[in-house]
Amino acid sequence: MKTLESILANHPFFANLKAEYLALVTGCASNVRFEAGQFIHRQDEEADSFYIIREGKVALEICPPGKKAITVQTVSDGEILGWAWLVPPYHWQFDAQAVELTRAIVLDGKCLRNKCGEDHTLGYELLSRLLPIIGQTMEATRLQLLDIYGVQR
Amino acid sequence: MAGQMQPPGVNPMIPQTYRVNKFIRETHDTFSLDVVPKGGTEPMVFQPGQFNMLYAFGVGEVPISISGPKPGTQGMIHTIRDVGVVTRALHHLKKGQTLGLRGPFGSSWPIEESKGQDVVIMAGGIGLAPLRPALYALLEQRDQYGEIVLLYGVRNPEDLLFTKEFETWRGKYGVQVKLTVDTADREWRGNVGVVNTLIQRVTFDPLNTVAMICGPEVMMRFAVSELKRYGVPEQQLYVTLERNLKCAVGFCGHCQFGPAFICKDGAVFRYDKVKPFFGIREI
Amino acid sequence: MNAPVIIDRDGLNRLISVLVGMGFQVVGPTVRDEAIVYEPLDSIKDLPEGFTDEQDGGIYRLKKRTDKALFGYSVGPHSWKKFLHPPERRLWGAEADGSDFEIKPEKLESPKFAFLGVRACEMHAIAIQDKVFINGKYVDPVYQVRRENAFFIAVNCGQAGGTCFCVSMNTGPNIEEGFDLALTEILDEDHHHFVVEVGSQQGANCLAQLTHRQARSEEVEAAKNIVAQTAQQMGRTLNTTDIKELLYENLEHPRWDEIAERCLSCANCTMVCPTCFCSTVEDVTDITGMHAERWQKWDSCFTMDFTYLHGGEVRASTKSRYRQWLTHKLASWQDQFGSSGCVGCGRCITWCPPAIDFTEEVLQIRDSATQLSEPT
Repeated sequence: MKTLESILANHPFFANLKAEYLALVTGCASNVRFEAGQFIHRQDEEADSFYIIREGKVALEICPPGKKAITVQTVSDGEILGWAWLVPPYHWQFDAQAVELTRAIVLDGKCLRNKCGEDHTLGYELLSRLLPIIGQTMEATRLQLLDIYGVQR
Repeated sequence: MAGQMQPPGVNPMIPQTYRVNKFIRETHDTFSLDVVPKGGTEPMVFQPGQFNMLYAFGVGEVPISISGPKPGTQGMIHTIRDVGVVTRALHHLKKGQTLGLRGPFGSSWPIEESKGQDVVIMAGGIGLAPLRPALYALLEQRDQYGEIVLLYGVRNPEDLLFTKEFETWRGKYGVQVKLTVDTADREWRGNVGVVNTLIQRVTFDPLNTVAMICGPEVMMRFAVSELKRYGVPEQQLYVTLERNLKCAVGFCGHCQFGPAFICKDGAVFRYDKVKPFFGIREI
Repeated sequence: MNAPVIIDRDGLNRLISVLVGMGFQVVGPTVRDEAIVYEPLDSIKDLPEGFTDEQDGGIYRLKKRTDKALFGYSVGPHSWKKFLHPPERRLWGAEADGSDFEIKPEKLESPKFAFLGVRACEMHAIAIQDKVFINGKYVDPVYQVRRENAFFIAVNCGQAGGTCFCVSMNTGPNIEEGFDLALTEILDEDHHHFVVEVGSQQGANCLAQLTHRQARSEEVEAAKNIVAQTAQQMGRTLNTTDIKELLYENLEHPRWDEIAERCLSCANCTMVCPTCFCSTVEDVTDITGMHAERWQKWDSCFTMDFTYLHGGEVRASTKSRYRQWLTHKLASWQDQFGSSGCVGCGRCITWCPPAIDFTEEVLQIRDSATQLSEPT
């Protein structure tokens, strides 16, 4: 069985992170499991953690009144769920619900962001890993907004 | 690449009459016409990626890519989205009725050239239609190729085409099929997001991969840059381009894209050949 | 082939009747609506005797000459493409029968044209359209039959027009190939005759039916001098060095915006251009809805719906349309057909209402592009 630390060390998100920081991150990490249909977090709740999905699929949803919930993005194997823990006001933007049985590593975001505040090098390391994910999400969002498959009249 | 020379005395501007052999409802706005030549029995030869000009009586003509059938089967299948006057008229055709057809025209997907490599097929919306014959051709010689990947994105789950075939492609042929939609409700258990995000969820060897991409031009631009980011060389990326097609044989000038005529040099292009003009506004 | 010969005005007149006798419809220059246009001719009386033209950007005027020259002008608004690539034609008709219909191709007619007065640039223009319509993967049978039937009486230019630049395009003024007969008009106080070169067996056969004599060496020399003089008179020049690369590298040059401020998108340049070949198709039905037809018509890359796609225009701006036209002529044509699409006839300059000068625009782009790439 792989240790948490070796899983994290081999994950692209933490690739080439200094051993000292990796140990720190591992200290903030634990395994977690969500059943299909289980909510991981709700919109506007405090975002004090984030997840590395090991296996499964999580839907980010928004539910307008009188309508069915709309899924705007899914996150699955190997991907990072959540960045609101590092960006004020540290509140989730969407509901996150497991679509299927999902295993993940949860990281204590509150702890990590405090450490980032104390150690800006760590802060830089984590931000520079998170920023491409945020950027890709934004690019994807724009493409979705363009509705490129819609009838263009 | 593909296509035979025009036989002497044949005017490429004159349609032949074909009969609807089968009308297939694909989605709420998309249908397929399986057609056979009226009175003719000669086998129809086309290359994956080629298109025909379909004529609806008294209404007009539209370019439609050939979406099937499987090799060795009679007929030619055209998958059509009902979005304009001609496609609306074609939508109203019933089994046995007549339509005009010119073709096949255009270039084809690099089926032979991809042998020995992994193949990543990226489709957006109705862009899967011209890629289906490519997939059939690859699967017919499955052992000649490494990984075969199909990444397919649409707007909503109900827009997905050819869903019944996905399981065969996965199960029988070991194709890595990944689907995604732009938005969905909770009845959809699959992925939500743009088709690019699927790349990280499949296995292929970028340096030894041929990618065949078809979808809206905006989607292809992003797909190309993402595949390049993964290390697929530009000479191994194939895209399709769409412009106003009138004659389909390079006479009318409408479909020019820089030095290329989309109708006779495309619609399938190797990316590096069109790259200098790809993304130039109003080209 | 044969050595050059001399025919006089009567000989030329006789040539027209010989060609008519061989089943040709002779078409050539004539004066109509204050311009020299190409129309059917009955005799040399229909030719623009004693006329010349003054041409400049946006300017075309007929003027009287002091002599009786029959070919004393340069090219007018027409080109031979209207005969080889008809401006409008029915491709086919279709008759409905219940839910069924049948397509009846238009009968392929086989007109025989004899073109009298084809200039060097125009011979090149026809060779360029050949590449579009008959030398590629697909063949346009209407063009092909007209082209194969055609008889060419070329005429060397005795003077250059104000917008001519065939020398720059390497397409004239000397007639080199493709003709059946090539004339050089010699006109002085004592003579009015034509030095005739024979370019084909059919040309030789025609000539045999005319009164002619061998040309003396000084007459052949005189004809050569006339063409050489014309070459010195070009109204315009165009530097074609690396022109494809120049234009491809300057697709976003600010000059295109400046041109767009003047260009009316009127499509005149494409209509008068002897190589422009674009067309569109129109579907029509009669009132019963049982009979449908498709027509092919000349089109222009300057028109509104030329690039219609998904409810919009790919080239919506005038800038993009002019850029397409010019870069197609001088750059992408080379990739498509292995030659320039411009023969330097100058029509697009003469017939442009705001007098946009093709050669000047290329010069402007070249000059500023050079400035940009040179170290300061």
